Amino acid sequence: MSSPRSITVATLAKDIRLEWRSRDAINSMLFFSLLVVVIFSFSFDPNAEESREIAGGLIWVAFLFAAVVALNQTWARELRNQVLDAYRVSPAPASALFVAKALGNFLLVSLLEALMAPLFMIFYNLRVLGPAWQLIPVAILGTWALVVNGTFFAAMSLRTRSREIMLPLLLFPISIPAVQSMVEATRIILAGDASARFWIVLLLTYDVVFTTACLALFETILQAE
Amino acid sequence: MKRAFPILAVLTALLLGYATYQALVVAPTERTMGDVQRIFYYHVPSAWTAFLLFFVNFLASLQYLATANPSAKRVINWVVIAIAVVGAVAPYIPQVQKQLPEGLYPSSVATTAVMIAVLYFLVGKFFIERSLDVLAVTAAEVGVIFCSIVLVTGPLWARPVWGIWWTWDLRLTLTLVLWLIYVSYLVLRRFSDSAQTPKLAAVLAIFGALDVPLVYFSIWFFRTQHPQPVIGGGGSIDPRMLHILLMNWLAFSCFAFLVCWLRYRLEIMQRDLHEAQALEALLGDGLPPSSARTGSPINRTPSGTGTA
Repeated sequence: MSSPRSITVATLAKDIRLEWRSRDAINSMLFFSLLVVVIFSFSFDPNAEESREIAGGLIWVAFLFAAVVALNQTWARELRNQVLDAYRVSPAPASALFVAKALGNFLLVSLLEALMAPLFMIFYNLRVLGPAWQLIPVAILGTWALVVNGTFFAAMSLRTRSREIMLPLLLFPISIPAVQSMVEATRIILAGDASARFWIVLLLTYDVVFTTACLALFETILQAE
Repeated sequence: MKRAFPILAVLTALLLGYATYQALVVAPTERTMGDVQRIFYYHVPSAWTAFLLFFVNFLASLQYLATANPSAKRVINWVVIAIAVVGAVAPYIPQVQKQLPEGLYPSSVATTAVMIAVLYFLVGKFFIERSLDVLAVTAAEVGVIFCSIVLVTGPLWARPVWGIWWTWDLRLTLTLVLWLIYVSYLVLRRFSDSAQTPKLAAVLAIFGALDVPLVYFSIWFFRTQHPQPVIGGGGSIDPRMLHILLMNWLAFSCFAFLVCWLRYRLEIMQRDLHEAQALEALLGDGLPPSSARTGSPINRTPSGTGTA
């Protein structure tokens, strides 16, 4: 009766409802990334012309750090009341659960980006000199790249000591090519001096490779206890 | 097997000494770089050894995950065979041959592809379940050590020759990222103390291996946009230098093998000890004194489940 899709939808709806009622993750992420932006603007003069060159890097680093805050809460929430054990014994496919969690995080981080990006533009006096619409695929693919591996590694670090610090330690080395692609693509589009096509294709490849790997191996991770 | 160890240790020490002598005294001095170039005889063999060990770690992790799932194992076996066949045939097709970078022979590509498959099946044949995981830890740990040597000796050479300690060149960055990935692998193993650590670590090793080609392409493209100093000339090498380099590589490989062997046995003994202690705790104090021989697995294992 319950197809993988209905399980995904039900879990996603539950997570969104939980988040809507508590607003824990989004509030802490918003405030955290605001702090990062402000601290960056003290560290690097935002009025200098060079800021345009590094703005792409700053904005993605801020989102990367903020995303970790949300990702850490993904599975920790399910540990209370043994919800995760219930998932394990249920016949529902693990990949459906994973997709729901990854989509939930994706929506959360996207919302954060939608709210923070205009603020960033204002603080750093940024004007997009290249084709601005290209920022949308970069943002979508980049966010998914962070979130899909982040959700996976958050599940992996559940069983480790000091798991809050474990997640970035696992996630950041693997994410290096994705972060480089996002930063370079954003920089090129903001400066408008070349085509960002290579970086978007690389980001897409990264997403396809790791989404496949996550879906294939999540069952192993979930059952590992 | 146990008796082979000291013999190999002595041979390795002799070989290392001979190779060092060759590198420091016999090898001709490089015309432009001078004596600092001799670091090359340690730097390059360490790099090759580290990459080989990382690859062994990947194969062992793959085999470890595959043993839990027989149908996946069959698929992976066929994929590996397909890679070997395609890799052995494709470089000889003229259209593909033109795509190969200059200086890379089709035969070396074909040999590498076949060697990958052979190594994969050898690892699967001689190691089973638990020893696969022990092999993975060993390879990752020793690999990180050799990779650290590479990252330290590189800047020592670069400073006098390039005038800078570090540059974000393709090979340097790739080595650094590999090092980071494997350090995070070791951190995971250290921080995770459940019985499922091997599985989690194996999954992380697969993710790391998937990441390497992506890192390669991202840096490759980045570098073509920002020209950097060229590594090592890329031209021909003096045959005497090549000979000494290969001699050093042999010595370093023997040394790495020796250290891996030692580490492997240590890990096996440690795990047996933990199992014995857990068993003891489980059975409790109610044991009659005669059956308090829970220490016996410790004495049995080094020769029993040791290296195959």
